[in-house]
Amino acid sequence: MLPEYTYLLRELSIGEAGGTAVFGYAVVFFGLVLLMCVLYGTGAYFRGKDEKAAAEAKKALEETKKQVEANPLHVTVAPPKTAPGSAGHVKLYNVPDKEAAMIMAIVADKMQKPLNELHFISIKEVKK
Amino acid sequence: MDILETLQTLWTDSGFQSFFVDGGWKNLIMIGIACVLLYLGIVKKFEPLLLVGIAFGCLLVNLSYFGAGSTDALYHPELWDNFLNPEHADYHSYGAIMAHGGLLDILYIGVKAGVYPSLIFMGVGAMTDFGPLISNPKSLLLGAAAQMGVFLAFFGAVCLGFSGEQAASIGIIGGADGPTAIFLTTRLAPELLGPIAIAAYSYMALIPMIQPPLMRLLTTEEERKIKMEQTRTVSKTEKIIFPIIVASFVILLLPSTAPLVGCLMLGNLWRECGVTERLSDTVQNALMNIVTVFLGISVGATTAADRFLSLETIKIIVLGLTAFAFSTVGGLIVGKIMCKLSGGKINPLIGSAGVSAVPMAARVSQMEGQKANPSNFLLMHAMGPNVAGVIGSAIAAGFLLAVFK
Repeated sequence: MLPEYTYLLRELSIGEAGGTAVFGYAVVFFGLVLLMCVLYGTGAYFRGKDEKAAAEAKKALEETKKQVEANPLHVTVAPPKTAPGSAGHVKLYNVPDKEAAMIMAIVADKMQKPLNELHFISIKEVKK
Repeated sequence: MDILETLQTLWTDSGFQSFFVDGGWKNLIMIGIACVLLYLGIVKKFEPLLLVGIAFGCLLVNLSYFGAGSTDALYHPELWDNFLNPEHADYHSYGAIMAHGGLLDILYIGVKAGVYPSLIFMGVGAMTDFGPLISNPKSLLLGAAAQMGVFLAFFGAVCLGFSGEQAASIGIIGGADGPTAIFLTTRLAPELLGPIAIAAYSYMALIPMIQPPLMRLLTTEEERKIKMEQTRTVSKTEKIIFPIIVASFVILLLPSTAPLVGCLMLGNLWRECGVTERLSDTVQNALMNIVTVFLGISVGATTAADRFLSLETIKIIVLGLTAFAFSTVGGLIVGKIMCKLSGGKINPLIGSAGVSAVPMAARVSQMEGQKANPSNFLLMHAMGPNVAGVIGSAIAAGFLLAVFK
């Protein structure tokens, strides 16, 4: 049972409804395609910036290498930092970081154990 | 004291006798439906955070409301009819609701004013990582394609005799986004809020059952086996700028989306900017939980028997399922086209994740991909279309609101 005020609602013909549906779908596509273009634009800008920064860093590294070769010094390399309570680093063989993180999460989920109680030594992609 | 008279008064005042007069049996049916929904939420874990609240709201309203004049009712649909009737003295009067309403009427003000759905969107924004979408903006095409069900269900609803406003509210079920469905329905067809909210949340919970058969039907084994390359890493600055760009761009395009998109992107900015961790944490947890409590129980309150039990409800349930199915199909078709155009680099299964339902739809893509190829990890790739679907359904809602408001 619908309340009284619904007499105010707009009746549409099937033709009008079809037109509105097609137009609405087109508007959604239009909006998201425009947004996609904006994201590609900003992505390209930031990628360009990152590449420039990476090139500068590479150049600086090469210059440092040259200086070290010219004037050898004893350099102590600190071990990579780990999070408090971490069991250390996992060795990855042909596995990207994100996939490794996902595999570890899936293993923890299947074993019903918290991730911080598991110690992964290495993850390797086995090719068939 | 006349004991007999007192007993008679107690009986006539009780809810029990109301079941036997003036269609009170309908309330019994609704109480049964509420128990089924509670079972689905608690035992089957179908969207329990909202479904349990909605089901209990349904139970409460049908225990206390037996048609107009129910003095002790928690929710009074006739007060809201007056609120929406331009010819009535209480038109748009929240004061009248506060003065004469029950507890659920007062909680429902947050739904009617569009406050709860927008706050839920703020929490969703704070919980969502848009990185997969930023790194692969093509995902937006899949998010757009998966709105097909919205417009097909809208068309179907008009064919079945619903008005434009009602059809728009029914169609948005296909966006697979509960808060958006509630937001649009309270503005265009509040009389249908109960069935639409229940259909939307039930189907969202049923995504792992609705989508896989369609995914297998529309893709080949070879397509499902496709492993996708890892996308680029997104910088922190990009993640901070993204919500500002999306909010500005989408709101300028469709101002009616401002409450939803604005809140979604504000929540995301709090998450990503790195200087508002306290706010991000509150929005993701405390605020989200509080709003979920109010939203669930007040939406459930709109299921008073004399409004809910009608042929319209059955039509809405059927149209909602159609909307979900066609949204999945729309995403899969464009996924297949992108697969062909990219020379087989895109797995079309990620297209079905374009229906929002974050992250359930992306998980379904991951599971189906892994069934075909156990070394396939589609989750991150499917998250792109998944979050694009949230923006897409907000734009679809904004369009329908702009047309019918």
